[in-house]
Amino acid sequence: MNPITDFESLAKNSGEWLRGTGPESDIVISSRIRLARNLADFPFIRRCSQDDRDNIERNVRARMDAMADWKDIRYIDIEELSEVDRQFLVERQLISREIADAEGSRAVAIDPGEQYSVMINEEDHLRIQVMQSGLDLKTAWARIDALDDQLEGAILYAFHEKYGYLTACPTNVGTGLRCSVMLHLPALVITRQIEKVFRSMQRINVTVRGLYGEGSQYSGDFYQVSNQVTLGHSEQALLALVGEEVVPQIIQYERKARAFLVEQNEQDLHDDVSRALGILNTAKKISSEETMHYLSKVRMGVNLGLISDVLVPTINKLFIHTQPAHLQKLHGRVLGSSDRNVQRASYLQRHLHGEMGDGDLN
Amino acid sequence: MKCQYCEKPATFHITELTEPSGPKVMHLCEEHARSFLQKEASSPVASVAGALAKQLQLGQTKKEIEELDQKECPVCGISFFEFRSSGRLGCPYDYTFFENDLIPLLNNIHDSTEHVGKRPRRLAASADSQARMIQLRREMEEAVDLEDYERASEIRDELKRMEEELNKPATQKPATQDTDQDDENASNADSSEGEEQS
Repeated sequence: MNPITDFESLAKNSGEWLRGTGPESDIVISSRIRLARNLADFPFIRRCSQDDRDNIERNVRARMDAMADWKDIRYIDIEELSEVDRQFLVERQLISREIADAEGSRAVAIDPGEQYSVMINEEDHLRIQVMQSGLDLKTAWARIDALDDQLEGAILYAFHEKYGYLTACPTNVGTGLRCSVMLHLPALVITRQIEKVFRSMQRINVTVRGLYGEGSQYSGDFYQVSNQVTLGHSEQALLALVGEEVVPQIIQYERKARAFLVEQNEQDLHDDVSRALGILNTAKKISSEETMHYLSKVRMGVNLGLISDVLVPTINKLFIHTQPAHLQKLHGRVLGSSDRNVQRASYLQRHLHGEMGDGDLN
Repeated sequence: MKCQYCEKPATFHITELTEPSGPKVMHLCEEHARSFLQKEASSPVASVAGALAKQLQLGQTKKEIEELDQKECPVCGISFFEFRSSGRLGCPYDYTFFENDLIPLLNNIHDSTEHVGKRPRRLAASADSQARMIQLRREMEEAVDLEDYERASEIRDELKRMEEELNKPATQKPATQDTDQDDENASNADSSEGEEQS
């Protein structure tokens, strides 16, 4: 299969996690769980020879191919991809920046619904990931646990009686589990309470990061909350910490902050979100950063009932589809930054003016 | 030596591992070290660095640290220095080989040293057999490089035998000491759950 053609069809659709549905979807974009796993009979990636990396990729692929429930999976050889295509997969959250920027043989297996992705030869031999729309770590866990069981039936994992699943970095050992919930917190940002919320988080074993995780800048009022420790707590305890203790608390803070903003001055807020929509609707050139900023306001406006003619799933899609690599895939060619700003403005208007149907994204 | 941010004596010497240019050594007083370690605590590599810095400062002399740095895993060849410079281990056997040095580190990062979650359903390979398989694999690659294909295929067969042995479903887990009856139940549970996959 030609990976480029394949990507263009992928670009026209959106992953399941952007559906804009699921529990608390006014504030929670998505829930994601990843498991770090290593094969017992190979060194960790850092000490792998080129042959080892090739062997791991071949072995894992052959074994996954034999799994009955994993028939429609598509494998993407990351080494062969162009820079734009790698960036495209990062924007879509199907691969990490680390595997995109690495060298040597490495791959990702993705199911057609883009709920699952299995990275091969990332920091660990396997990084298994499941995404779910809204706050739904339980469903995500049930899915990833089942997939992990299937893989475990075919692959001998590196495991230690005392330390659990062995990983290249000791920060992931034990369960190898990182559950992350992506939150949209514009009101906490506007009311300047976000720092306070984060400071309280640091004391309870969770970390907060920007849209694309580790090392990235916070953008567009999107924050990712994840568990910090992986050893000494069961998977269920870690899911409960993030999904039942921390996130519901942040949701409550954000709701209060939104209610406060409405109470304080609904007219100002209405004006602010409507102007944001106005700029997105009329600008002739717009940067990625500006787009994120205004889309975030519009999203809050829709959720507060101040804007009625735009749908949340459309906004969710626009966040991803207006990023550089997506724009270029949708446009079918490489675009410079200035061209992208023009294309982005035009793309936004075609969607926000209601000229495009829901499935009609080009 | 003075702290690099103030006039106080530097009592903490922290190797910063997150710089793209490579490890960077910081000499800090207690106060600056504390604020540095708190600030950096959110990145996984930095938390390894922070935990290691704390661990190495507590109760280890310079000579002991130098000796520890030179320690090399017999399976993957990674030195402790290389581990603490990169924050990444070289193979599963490192958890056994560097065990005494890793325990305080795991305690610093996770506040625990014992896994309590999911376990593989079949018998996990012992640390020794995981090490043996990695070593065999390396010998096989060397044999191929030397065009000694006979030796390479012998090793391949041995690896296959080991893997088949380990691929058998768990008959006995040390933690639970299952009876034969329990094992039958466990394998039934395996197949029924397998059918529920989405």
